[in-house]
Amino acid sequence: MRSTANVNEGARLMAICNACRYCEGHCAVFQAMELRLEFNSDNLDYLANLCHNCGSCYHHCQYAPPHEFKLNVPGVFADLRKESYGQYAWPKPMGKLYNKNGLWVSIIASVVIALALALTALGSGADFWGVHEQEFYGVLSHNAMVSVFGTVSLFVLLALGLSMRNFWRAMNLPAPWDLDWRSVRTGVKNALSLKYLDGGNGQGCAYPTEAPSHIRRVFHQLTFWGFMLCFASTSTATVMHYGLDLPAPYGYVSLPKLFGILGGFGLILGPLGLLWIKRKADRNTRGEQNQGMDITFLWLLLATSVTGLGLMLLADTQWVGLTLSVHLGVVMTLFLTMPYGKFIHGFYRLIALVAFAMEQEEHQARVGVEQIPIKNVG
Amino acid sequence: MNSNSFDLVVAGGGQAGLIAAIVAAEAGCSVCLLEGAPLEYRGGNTRHTRNLRPMHKGPLSVLSGTYDEEEYFDDLLRVTKGKTNEPLARMMLQRSQTSVQWLEQRGVQFQPPLGGTLHLGRTNAFFLGGGKQLVNALFRHAESLGVEVHYNAMVDKLDFDGDRFRAAWVGDLCFSGKTFVAAAGGFEANLDWLRESWGDVVDNFLIRGTPYNTGGLLKLMLEQNFQSVGTADQCHAVAIDGRAPKFDGGICTRVDCVSLGIVVNENAERFYDEGEDFWPKRYAIWGRLVAKQPNQVGHVIIDQKAIGKFMPPVFPPEKANTIEELAEKIGLDSKVLAKTVSDYNAAIGPGEFDHTELDGLATDGLAVNKTNWARSIATPPFYAYTLKPGITFTYLGVKIDAQGRVLTQNGQPSPNTFAAGEIMAGNVLGEGYLAGIGMTIGNVFGQIAGEEAARYALNR
Ligand SMILES: Cc1cc2nc3c(=O)[nH]c(=O)nc-3n(C[C@H](O)[C@H](O)[C@H](O)COP(=O)(O)OP(=O)(O)OC[C@H]3O[C@@H](n4cnc5c(N)ncnc54)[C@H](O)[C@@H]3O)c2cc1C
Ligand code: SF4
Ligand code: SF4
Repeated sequence: MRSTANVNEGARLMAICNACRYCEGHCAVFQAMELRLEFNSDNLDYLANLCHNCGSCYHHCQYAPPHEFKLNVPGVFADLRKESYGQYAWPKPMGKLYNKNGLWVSIIASVVIALALALTALGSGADFWGVHEQEFYGVLSHNAMVSVFGTVSLFVLLALGLSMRNFWRAMNLPAPWDLDWRSVRTGVKNALSLKYLDGGNGQGCAYPTEAPSHIRRVFHQLTFWGFMLCFASTSTATVMHYGLDLPAPYGYVSLPKLFGILGGFGLILGPLGLLWIKRKADRNTRGEQNQGMDITFLWLLLATSVTGLGLMLLADTQWVGLTLSVHLGVVMTLFLTMPYGKFIHGFYRLIALVAFAMEQEEHQARVGVEQIPIKNVG
Repeated sequence: MNSNSFDLVVAGGGQAGLIAAIVAAEAGCSVCLLEGAPLEYRGGNTRHTRNLRPMHKGPLSVLSGTYDEEEYFDDLLRVTKGKTNEPLARMMLQRSQTSVQWLEQRGVQFQPPLGGTLHLGRTNAFFLGGGKQLVNALFRHAESLGVEVHYNAMVDKLDFDGDRFRAAWVGDLCFSGKTFVAAAGGFEANLDWLRESWGDVVDNFLIRGTPYNTGGLLKLMLEQNFQSVGTADQCHAVAIDGRAPKFDGGICTRVDCVSLGIVVNENAERFYDEGEDFWPKRYAIWGRLVAKQPNQVGHVIIDQKAIGKFMPPVFPPEKANTIEELAEKIGLDSKVLAKTVSDYNAAIGPGEFDHTELDGLATDGLAVNKTNWARSIATPPFYAYTLKPGITFTYLGVKIDAQGRVLTQNGQPSPNTFAAGEIMAGNVLGEGYLAGIGMTIGNVFGQIAGEEAARYALNR
């Protein structure tokens, strides 16, 4: 267990909230808090990762600054959450990338995009500016593309998996096969529906202003499902290519294109919307140590969808080489930084929500307690 | 000099003032609301509240069952020991039936039952996120209706023509109005005023709510020779953690383990039956009890058996493995405390401890007996919380009639001056307290004041 400034501040806040409890109706954080008397880095990492930064408990807190208690759960938990990402990252030294994350991700993006440009330009020579019959595969062979991405994917999967394992252990969860599936279902449902952006009563949360609103939930869903559709587009294309021997390019009424176009729009509107409301939101709720992590991630998602759709439109023009390189560079950056950027939040949130569902089922704290009492599942 | 003229001028931006302003604005009045606090601290003690207690026949919004007039009135009679204005009180109970719906329609949110674990409350409807959420929603609604809100606007002068209101002043700004609603709370944050009745012990009082309820408006109204209710030495006082801030510590400073342990004063002696009744029924007497002890201090002492059985207090307790060591940590004579505890332990009679009922597990033969939950204090580690009196609100107010109009000395109502909320709560709540009734009073009389002010201002 660690004892950092963020952990101490989190413990101070939770002692006040646990005595007050006015916010218990807002979200899982407070209901989980109520099962505890003491707060340590494990259960604070848990609570911080349950927090969706919805702003409700900040705008409704009688102790919010300038009150001397300076209650700011979303802000402090944002910092604590980021600290936890670094803490559980695999391999451990890479956790440092969460310091100055925005800067790192930007540097990686520039380098990777430049490399992608240089490599494709070198590889295709004069063809870089050419118009190609097979559209972008004329610039870069499919096999080259797959081997680069395959290698990176393997590493990313490993890093993601092992980071998640670290977090999983801190959450005191049993082996996956020993999980109580009802709780898993509840956790997954609450994660996918963004339940805790509903304010607690379905009217919406206090984001970006104190007035209840669903806007954050809408933009986040657009982003998430947009991303998933883009992912589906790539996956179906891979299956069609290898499994069905149907290589690209695909027509507009093919699965990869439909998924890609729909997802692309989601992944443009969603991040744009999130960036917009983030600007409007109370600065205090953002925390002080984000250092561009959220913003760069949103820009990266936006760049992915914009360049992806751009590629679709420009595939049969002489711009294909340039667009392709940039798109591949962006996607590669997104991939590379998955275990070391904001992307990780989804996994930890999901794990925390599953742990929460289990705790609620058992009426007992599980995370950050010395011993787990025998559970009585009926 | 600046001059503005309105159909209604309201002083006080807590629930009562906000509701009066909204009701009048909805009726078509031009309204100005003068809030003494800055924006960040707006909403007075309402900002610190948790719930409201409406009467209801059958399930109502987040409330289950029935809480009818007879039961409610009986509760009120019991806590006030009959000190209530029955017709006014009954009218309020009747009208409180629509309070939740009224608030919901204006954007205030109530807390739904949590994931099936907590059953619905029957008597008290909880604000989602607490009273500040209600305050925010009502300010938003008031502003959308065009109510002109001024912050940092402490009314410090009133202009009357006989008993008829003309204008309220904030420094050299004048706000004249056809009508006026006084909704500026009590005077609990005015230490000098409290000192007049309590003496220098107020230096050891903590004020649980807003530092802006300094009673300036109440004083102006009384100087205007309107009739008062209640006396200045009455206040609602709770024993809270002695480390709480002087002002504005709110709900989280409570310490809820008195009935699980014993309470001693600075002489390390017990002074009152800690197990007289369930804590929610008794917490409000402990402020006064502690206020009467030397240096206005009490120490509640529990042992390991009590840990986890009460709402966690905001500050950590002193902790020690022996009573003597604990005594030293909290500055008591260790021999005397050890004797007090061992005398108490030795006096415990037979019985089973059960905190969910009046278990009759009592001490026998002590000068001050504990009549329920008298479990031994013998399992280390031992813990101590130091208590001080925390003042919630004062009872002294202005007298009103059924239309919410303030009464002159000869019993005649002012035609255009109304009062709502804490500043007139003493009309209904002569003494004692019932959880959630403060907000019910503010809600109902805020609406009445708003309606009657609009009727007068718009000549209806
Ligand atoms: C910690 C705490 C918890 C409580 N919990 C509950 C609860 O759960 N349920 C319940 O029913 N009651 C509760 N109460 C009591 C409740 O707060 C009051 O009954 C209620 O808020 C009174 O509302 P009001 O509008 O009359 O006064 P307030 O909400 O106190 O508002 C008075 C306003 O007047 C302003 N003001 C003061 N002087 C002037 C002036 N001269 N000019 C202009 N403005 C001025 C102040 O700034 C303040 O905003 C609680 C009280 C405290 C302290
Ligand atoms: S955020 Fe504020 S109002 Fe909410 S539970 Fe914590 S202390 Fe209470
Ligand atoms: S910001 Fe929202 S999600 Fe986070 S703790 Fe507060 S209410 Fe819960």
